Amino acid sequence: MMLKLLLRALLRRPVTVAAPAPGAAALEQLGRRVSAKTQARLGRSLAIRAVDAGSCNGCELECHALNNAYYDLERFGIRFVASPRHADVLLITGPVTSNMREAVKRTYEATPDPKWVVATGDCAISGGVFAGGYAVAGGAGAVVPVDLGIPGCPPSPQTLLEGLLALLEQTR
Amino acid sequence: MSHEATHAPPARLADYLGHGRHTAGHGPWPRLPLVEDVWLAASRRLAHAPWSLLGEWADGTTVLAAIGDPAEGTVAVLSLDTQGGRFPSLSHARPGAIRLERAIQDLSGLTAVDLEDTRPWLDHGTWPLAAPLGAARTRVPAPLPRPYDFLAAEGESLHQIPVGPVHAGIIEPGHFRFSCFGETVVRLEDRLGYVHRGVESLMTGAGLERAARLAGRVSGDSTVAYALAFARAVEAATGTPVSPRAHSLRGVMAELERVANHLGDIGAVCNDVAFGLMLAHCGMLRETVLRAAEACFGHRLMMDRVVPGGVAADLDEAGSRRLLALVAECRLRFEELFQLYDTTPSLQSRMIGSGTVRPELAERWGAGGFVGRASGRSFDARKAIAYPPYDSLQVTVPVLTAGDVNARVTIRIEEVRESLRLIERLLRTLPAGPARLPVADGRGQGMALVEGFRGDVLVWLRLRDDGTVGRCHLRDPSWFQWPLLTVAIEGAPVADFPLCNKSFNCSYAGHDL
Repeated sequence: MMLKLLLRALLRRPVTVAAPAPGAAALEQLGRRVSAKTQARLGRSLAIRAVDAGSCNGCELECHALNNAYYDLERFGIRFVASPRHADVLLITGPVTSNMREAVKRTYEATPDPKWVVATGDCAISGGVFAGGYAVAGGAGAVVPVDLGIPGCPPSPQTLLEGLLALLEQTR
Repeated sequence: MSHEATHAPPARLADYLGHGRHTAGHGPWPRLPLVEDVWLAASRRLAHAPWSLLGEWADGTTVLAAIGDPAEGTVAVLSLDTQGGRFPSLSHARPGAIRLERAIQDLSGLTAVDLEDTRPWLDHGTWPLAAPLGAARTRVPAPLPRPYDFLAAEGESLHQIPVGPVHAGIIEPGHFRFSCFGETVVRLEDRLGYVHRGVESLMTGAGLERAARLAGRVSGDSTVAYALAFARAVEAATGTPVSPRAHSLRGVMAELERVANHLGDIGAVCNDVAFGLMLAHCGMLRETVLRAAEACFGHRLMMDRVVPGGVAADLDEAGSRRLLALVAECRLRFEELFQLYDTTPSLQSRMIGSGTVRPELAERWGAGGFVGRASGRSFDARKAIAYPPYDSLQVTVPVLTAGDVNARVTIRIEEVRESLRLIERLLRTLPAGPARLPVADGRGQGMALVEGFRGDVLVWLRLRDDGTVGRCHLRDPSWFQWPLLTVAIEGAPVADFPLCNKSFNCSYAGHDL
């Protein structure tokens, strides 16, 4: 059964979608933030640390989808890593709950420079539907400096890809 | 006759329902206001009766408990107006009440008398309010989450491994404290509450549209189940009729959500024992389902598509055909993957016997979903409550008793098959008519129990006269599953934890609210 599956996968055309153009809005947001020095240092790869700061887990599902064969994030040199110490980018989801505020700060501090913060999804950008509650900070920007916001509830993998490619484009 | 209940507790839940007065305007199940003696008698009875504690929450200074009798298919809400903010704890009758009552203490400021574990649960001290759902008092928020007294594990050579709240991977936040003897887990304790967004407080005073959006974002992976439970509670409270077409479309969406989540998790569990092939194929299949959901209903996760009064996205003929084609394709590809799972000894040897939950415990805790059904507890709201459209479908509920990782995966495989069958059946018999009706003007209290992919989601709400939400409580199935995870890992190597954890896949967001 395994051989059959593997053989068919070899014969079939790949399901992977073509690379989207970097998101124009994201490029615009990033334009001013990336220096030539950091571009030289990073080359064509980005290590991302995902931090759920109070998301409903919808954004996590779509971040997971980036790793499936359709989007295959790693072909762009972008990959999710297990430690902030290995990361160039913190991808923050959720409105940042009061109970996660300190953990987000410490994760940010543990990430070596140069680093970027991507507020992913409407909640991380502004608090989303949870804005104004007693238990949320109201977005990643309230706790750490944010370089790029990728909107959506949740952002689709395609939108995420466009945003991350814009970041890669700018840091090349 | 209600005074008799204090002396000889009635044997059947239905007997309670015959006593005393019921609260008017509470649907679809009765709400019984009890005096403290009868509450205590019910609690004693609950300890031994084959009933389930479905949920416990507070509305102002009143505490409510939903009890179900699976054998009779009866549900009742018991309520007690507390005196001086104190109520007798149900935790000695049902351990599932412990964390629910700790949450009541944190959020509503009431005191559960005789609660064996009185540590704060969701409240880490960082909110500017104490008792936000009760007599909210402002306070100076702690800059750091308060230290937590983890349960002790004492002995020579024991060491602790703290993990989280930020985990290595794309995972929700929570803290796990392992006490280990060498590589063996002696005790695991979880500390949750990191994702607490104060959903129930945001619900209070919200209009139905905003409240429905909030309900759909309690746990994103179960957005259809939550939106459906919320809508059904509103419909029960207001007496809003739902068209047969809407019932069927809700069923289609709910089953698509179940299939998508099961596929993702079956792949991920296999990946945790280094069998990446399953993850790759299940991941592609899951993506196919989400793309079909977007094409047919306008959102990959189908957020905000189930609304009070019906559904916000009708299905056209082309959509129906696409979904039928999806079912056929999924069936074909999924059976191959299932065969692969079933005939790969290296997979089986890691799955069988790992992370076992004994049936007595699943019953005691009232664990629902595939966690319960892998450990002999057959409860499935689609069958036990048989809400539409399942009342007209014969839902087959798989049940196993092994209680290990393999049993949980096998239950989910069976459920994928059954869901595909249900989707096909619903589409082939899709009634014509409106997909959405206006919400009726009635104002009252309503409750709903809906089977999400993870288990039964409970929503209870009270509407105000102006039609806004007075109080809404949402109980995730994970409340009764998290504690069993800590049992499942006992005595196992630490390295087995990711596998065990993934085979449960409890919700952090759904639990923390």
